[in-house]
Amino acid sequence: MGVPSGSGLLNGLLSHRSASVESTGPRLPYRIAANCLQANVASAPPKPREPPRARTIPVERVKLQETKRITVTFTFTGYRRPDGRIGVRNHVAVLPTSVAVSSIAERIAETAGDGVRATPHQMGTSQPDRAREQTEQVLAGVGKNPNVAAAIVLELGTESIDADAIADEVSKSGIPVETLSVRSVGGTGPAIEQGRETATAFRRDSEDVRREEADASEIVFGVECGGSDATSGIAANPAVGEACDRLIEAGGTACFSETPEFIGAEHILADRCTDEETRERLLNRVDQREAQAELMGVDLRGAQPTPGNQEGGLTTIEEKSLGAIVKGGTTPVEGMVDYAEPLPVGGGLVLMDTPGYDVESVVGKVAGGAQIIAFTTGRGSTTGNPIAPVIKVTGNPRTWDRMASNMDVNASTIVEGDSMSEVGGRVYETMAAVADGRRTAAEHRRLEEFAINELQPNELAAEGIRG
Amino acid sequence: MKGEVLGDGVGLVLHADDNVATALQDLEAQDPIDGDTTAVESVPFGHKVALEPIADGDEVVKYGEVIGRASGSIAPGEWVHTHNCESTRGRGDLAEEGVAES
Repeated sequence: MGVPSGSGLLNGLLSHRSASVESTGPRLPYRIAANCLQANVASAPPKPREPPRARTIPVERVKLQETKRITVTFTFTGYRRPDGRIGVRNHVAVLPTSVAVSSIAERIAETAGDGVRATPHQMGTSQPDRAREQTEQVLAGVGKNPNVAAAIVLELGTESIDADAIADEVSKSGIPVETLSVRSVGGTGPAIEQGRETATAFRRDSEDVRREEADASEIVFGVECGGSDATSGIAANPAVGEACDRLIEAGGTACFSETPEFIGAEHILADRCTDEETRERLLNRVDQREAQAELMGVDLRGAQPTPGNQEGGLTTIEEKSLGAIVKGGTTPVEGMVDYAEPLPVGGGLVLMDTPGYDVESVVGKVAGGAQIIAFTTGRGSTTGNPIAPVIKVTGNPRTWDRMASNMDVNASTIVEGDSMSEVGGRVYETMAAVADGRRTAAEHRRLEEFAINELQPNELAAEGIRG
Repeated sequence: MKGEVLGDGVGLVLHADDNVATALQDLEAQDPIDGDTTAVESVPFGHKVALEPIADGDEVVKYGEVIGRASGSIAPGEWVHTHNCESTRGRGDLAEEGVAES
């Protein structure tokens, strides 16, 4: 008993909430939240703490208090791009304009070696205009992500998407871009060979990119959840939310999305919007997602929460949403952008209107410029991304044990009584280390899921109505 | 973590207004929950258990927010899940039957 052991930082700073709760009886298996964390600066001496008393439990409920945040920024060595933004990785991207050349893009990346990443996907052929434009926006946005040092836009040559137009858009960020047409160069073999040569040359040049120290204010942090269960809303999401709060205090940007998972919690987000326009936009988008279900005469219940979510204890979409939105932290909502639309640097908390499919949603944020993603999962997801490192956080102790090799941060210790400051701090420290080059579990295993959201006919119709 | 831990860690009440707790262990019938309330059936880790009587149609509250309505009467200590609690949102099925609240 006594003061629980924590990190060095927390040692001596922890104070039992139970200073006012005397207890006997069974030992409480929970470590009580720290409530006097002031700051980790030498000028702020630890508050004197009441001596631990003998613990008794005259009351059955033990309150866990909210904790104060430690305000810190961090610095990392990144890759400064010509447009001024900073990357945390230095990849050469191979962007296929359509499904037709997706496996050729992967072959080029494989043969060119480490540091060359393909973004294979299923879109790009015969899409309605608006859907095609979304595919173009994602591809160009991914190419412009600051983690990309140079890009190859690959086409078969029959796509309605113009590879040159994508390349022109990507080159606006100032990085080198080449296009490669499989039909023009004479088929698969020559395309792979030429792609490999170009990628290798880009790779060599990318090693000369200026490395610079940057701080947390330049980070755009994308936050995602997938395979949620009851622990997501209790442990992993609030821990990541704590990291978002700290990043925003340090001047950075955090973004979370998946509009269907705002349903039932939108009033909380709406109250936090800093302006009326954002508030209206948010409520309209939520209405649209909900109306789609109603228009189709279907019931969200079969799909949301998913059968897996339900097995994990989530009963309704409202419950899932209330647990999901806490992953963005507690700061004001500064804006809401569309799928794959550019995210501001130094913009605070910004929402993105995306579907509830986690891989597509991550890709939307990476196309928007997020350099780092945190992905919470209760039931266990292995998802990564080719361009942005994905930090996996679980709040489920069983998932942490069973899938340890796929997880980066164990937030389940919150369920065992660690303070939110402590666990959120671990997420934040992991973000700092990953920004500085530490590889995530998904990067080690080269898990690089990539998918582009396809606008569905009912969404296109809704957009028509929206104008 | 915000909330109140019940007893020696059987469950977690996230907000004072909540009428359900989240099980922090796999609970079995007769396990003590809160005060005089004991589990009346098995409740798996992460799932919800009623802390007070919830009448058919009443709101089920977690995080201090409404997460759905009881679709049958629920006694304290009962497992609360899809069999006795329903979402009120995204109900295209009800819209089609013409019974959805507008």
